Amino acid sequence: MDVLYFAWVRERVGRPKDRIETGAATVRELVNELTLKEERYAAAFADLDALRVAVDQELSDFDASLENVREVAFFPPMTGG
Amino acid sequence: MDIRVQQEPFDLGHEASRFAARQAGMGAIVTFTGIVRDLEDGDLEVMEIEHYPGMTENSIRKIADEALSRWNIGDILVIHRYGKLGPDEMIMMVATSAPHRVDAFQAAEFLMDFLKSRAPFWKKEVTGGGEGWVAAKDTDEDALDRW
Repeated sequence: MDVLYFAWVRERVGRPKDRIETGAATVRELVNELTLKEERYAAAFADLDALRVAVDQELSDFDASLENVREVAFFPPMTGG
Repeated sequence: MDIRVQQEPFDLGHEASRFAARQAGMGAIVTFTGIVRDLEDGDLEVMEIEHYPGMTENSIRKIADEALSRWNIGDILVIHRYGKLGPDEMIMMVATSAPHRVDAFQAAEFLMDFLKSRAPFWKKEVTGGGEGWVAAKDTDEDALDRW
């Protein structure tokens, strides 16, 4: 699965993308797995209220299932326009 | 419908004219242009705009589809830039056409409200003294409720 990071999430993680093998069933489980892995992920995911998530490029939430998902992205609230 | 996400600058006059030339039977065209605003102390050097290729185009298309289904409008143009922009540069434009102006105005406002907080763009302000990500405002989220 590809895990993408944007804006300050990307800066805290230190890279734009990871390709990972995971048994996580939901986005929240994936977040917990990454948080335990390394401090920089813990820093990026410290405040989930400040984060948004997209699953296969659709805005979603942390309880979303990862079954058959190819791409998950984490980012702060968007500031377009 | 014409959706473009690009790094290059665009020519507002040219785009507006070209859009207008395609709108046979429409009585109104509304255009909105977003500009990089300098900070209060005039300190902004660069605004860096990051986006999520693929999701950006799809989410703008979905917002435009929604506008087309809600109002009696003819066509929609959205151009949104990314990359490094200087103060006073044009970031983006929206154009809508409709038989009557109320639909064109409302659809353009709807597009802007949703582009602001539902299209995956992020802005970073770079000044002489440092840099920082522009935070989303609660009022941006509140603006969606009226639709």
